[in-house]
Amino acid sequence: MKVPPQDNRIPDRALAVSTHGMTMRFANFYALRDASITIAAGSFHVLLGENGAGKSTLVKCMMGFYRPTSGQISIDGQEVDIPDPRAAHELGLGMVYQHFTLVPSLTAAENLVISRADAPARIDWKTEREGLAAFMEKMPFKVPLGIPVGRLAAGEKQKLELLKQLYLGRRFLILDEPTSVLTPAEADELLGMVRGLTEAGELTCLMISHKFREVTAFADEVSVLRRGEHVGGGKVSDLSTSEMAAMMIGDKELVRPAARLPFIGKPVLEMAGAKAPDRSGLKTIEIDGLAVKSGEVVGIAGVSGNGQMELMELLTGQRPLEKGAIRVKGAAYRASREEARRFNVRYLPEEPLKNACAPKMTVAENIYFRDFDFLGGKTQFWLDGRRMKQEAGRLVGEYKVKTASLNAPIASLSGGNVQRAVLAREFTGAVDLLVIANPCFGLDFSAVAEIRARIMAARNAGAAVLLISEDLDEILELSDRILVMSDGHIAYETPAEGADIGEIGRHMAGHH
Amino acid sequence: MTLQADLAAGLAAKQSSVADYAGRILQPLFLPLAAVVAGMIVFSGFLLLVGKSPIDFYMIVYKAGFGTSFSWANTLARAAPLLLAALCVALPARLGLVVIGGEGAIVLGGVAAGTVGMMVPGLPGVLGILAMAIAASVTGAIWIGGIGALRHYRGVNETISSLLLAYIAIALMNHLVEGPLRDPASLNKPSTVPLPEAYRIGEIPGIGVHWGLAVGIVACILCWVLIERTTWGFAARIVGGNIRAAQVQGLPAGLLMIGFTALGGVFAGLAGMFEVAAVHGSANASLAAGYGYTGILIAFLARHNGLAVIPAAILFAGFEASSGLVQRRLGLPDATIVVFEGMIFIAILLSDALQDKIDFRTLFRIRGRS
Repeated sequence: MKVPPQDNRIPDRALAVSTHGMTMRFANFYALRDASITIAAGSFHVLLGENGAGKSTLVKCMMGFYRPTSGQISIDGQEVDIPDPRAAHELGLGMVYQHFTLVPSLTAAENLVISRADAPARIDWKTEREGLAAFMEKMPFKVPLGIPVGRLAAGEKQKLELLKQLYLGRRFLILDEPTSVLTPAEADELLGMVRGLTEAGELTCLMISHKFREVTAFADEVSVLRRGEHVGGGKVSDLSTSEMAAMMIGDKELVRPAARLPFIGKPVLEMAGAKAPDRSGLKTIEIDGLAVKSGEVVGIAGVSGNGQMELMELLTGQRPLEKGAIRVKGAAYRASREEARRFNVRYLPEEPLKNACAPKMTVAENIYFRDFDFLGGKTQFWLDGRRMKQEAGRLVGEYKVKTASLNAPIASLSGGNVQRAVLAREFTGAVDLLVIANPCFGLDFSAVAEIRARIMAARNAGAAVLLISEDLDEILELSDRILVMSDGHIAYETPAEGADIGEIGRHMAGHH
Repeated sequence: MTLQADLAAGLAAKQSSVADYAGRILQPLFLPLAAVVAGMIVFSGFLLLVGKSPIDFYMIVYKAGFGTSFSWANTLARAAPLLLAALCVALPARLGLVVIGGEGAIVLGGVAAGTVGMMVPGLPGVLGILAMAIAASVTGAIWIGGIGALRHYRGVNETISSLLLAYIAIALMNHLVEGPLRDPASLNKPSTVPLPEAYRIGEIPGIGVHWGLAVGIVACILCWVLIERTTWGFAARIVGGNIRAAQVQGLPAGLLMIGFTALGGVFAGLAGMFEVAAVHGSANASLAAGYGYTGILIAFLARHNGLAVIPAAILFAGFEASSGLVQRRLGLPDATIVVFEGMIFIAILLSDALQDKIDFRTLFRIRGRS
């Protein structure tokens, strides 16, 4: 039975929110299973979990973006129905996203006023400014209201996002990795403010985070999700970071490394003193002494956004090196087509449709990308359409790519089949170095098993494999050696055999 | 279960190959034709508003553009520069670049040809024409290839830069033709010195149209072969399809962009050369006749396919050829045809937006893939 709240007005104090048996099923995949979490009024609660653990799914159910398959939400002990985000807002629930949702060309004041659901068609700025000034008086921190938001620093913008939620009268706030675009100092300031508001009983906060440092410094309580299930939690004061990491990662001993042939080869890929700016241009990626030998899978673990994608771009030649060198089989390597062909270097970038395919070109054409200009040791001028059809037909059969026809645009295939088509293209012929990023992200279990088996087969055949992945299970299953990337450099290295999971987790969290 | 799945897959494959075929043949034809018809219908409304009969209008356009052998000759003569101008849009477009300033390369190509004729007038005819063609090609290649280079090295938006550079090219042409290159004898229309008779390009025997038409058609066919049948064209299509994928494959995306824009510029420059050597006899302000802009419409109507450029260019050449008769018979201003073409262009752009929404294959396919 659903009981609407008796009073439509949002109370002017922090809300207590709890979920009961929250389950979200997509087809036959459970993104969230029977998650019951209680967040006390005025607490600062953190939701921990690896990528894909169900954190976003849970908060999206709470905010009405998803309709849960089953389960309820209650606010201050009363069961409520949240069919859409607007209903969540009316109940006093709000969310601050990882990325900004403000209009950059408008001032802070304008952004605040237009965000109101009851903003009038004609705005009386005099009254509004007075109202805003009165509101700001009560706030523990200030943001300049008169200048366009686009000119504010990232930390100020995120503060404004927070102010906006308070201005709209939200009393339960979900923060989705709010500090990922902030510097550490800005992050501390913002979280300190949130902490102050929760202690004053003005606000309850549920924050999604990967960073243990933020959890131990600011939060009261923590809930851990793993594979869609609520696996534990408690008071932050009662838990150590290694205990939290263990809950997040689970019993990794159960993941058996894939069968492998013992093999010690020569180094194929070497990076020495390599330096380049990261995507934001603020930090530097520094990779030194990375070597991958033939017949070895080196797994690079890490929380997303710690420089893994930049490393991939360095290796594919999409990001120029500032200093240092990349060597393949002892020779300098700049990732030209000719070099990649000579040294048998193959790439599997993440999100293959976005990074490895031309979506509107056909399946056959996409499979032909690597071979179209080269045959029997010579570059070709004429495009051999018959060879394209034959190769594509053979490979589609061999790799079981499900497609309506060879002439279908590759964008019409499912994610698993796009990845199979890319594997078919890249794994054919001699492979000496394989550079892979998140190969199984978003794929179903059968595709995952098959793709990992193909990677192991390439390793066992003597390829050197560099596997960059945010999925620690994948790293543990496939790697011979594990490196942890944190803050743009390699922070930790261990043989996969007998690796200490807690140690890996702590280095992933940037906690030495 | 697997047997069922196999059967279902087999059935789906059969249906989809028919669907595929229909989709591949019909879709590229249907939308552009529908766009032309839609543009004609909207323009009819416009004519009715000013009290003119759409039926009269289209009859006159047909008669003046395609009705008699004389009108065909007129249309085809106009088609020659349009074919080449359209290639200057279609080639870069295959790499995902929208270059709309072919007019600049036409104008400067014409000036370059006129200058060669003026500076080295004594060569035998064939060599003279060849020298003019090379000068015009190189000028066009530098002008449009430079736009590709700006895009690759400096990230300058090629649409804006090509358009603005076209105005600069026209101003440059005016400066040269009215100043340093002016023939003192050209009094009321500043021009370069008329080309020697040996340098003039004549007509293709029998059809009364200059050789530019043949060159244009051959160029269209060569471009189609280049794009569809060579590995360079395939590499260009990969760059146009997804530049990130092209980079991961190690393809020289920047070189391809510069090369294909430069080749587009070669064709636009040649269009200017033919205007000078076959039509005007000297370089003057008549070079800026808007062929470069009409070329944009043609390339989009042809979906940047070299072979399809040929009929599309002839269609638009016919429209332009009818402009005079439309003015005389219906008493409409000379901008009428431009408005008409503009409406067709808007309809083509709209049809582009619809392209992915209307999938012909779904019309032939049973829903519910497993």
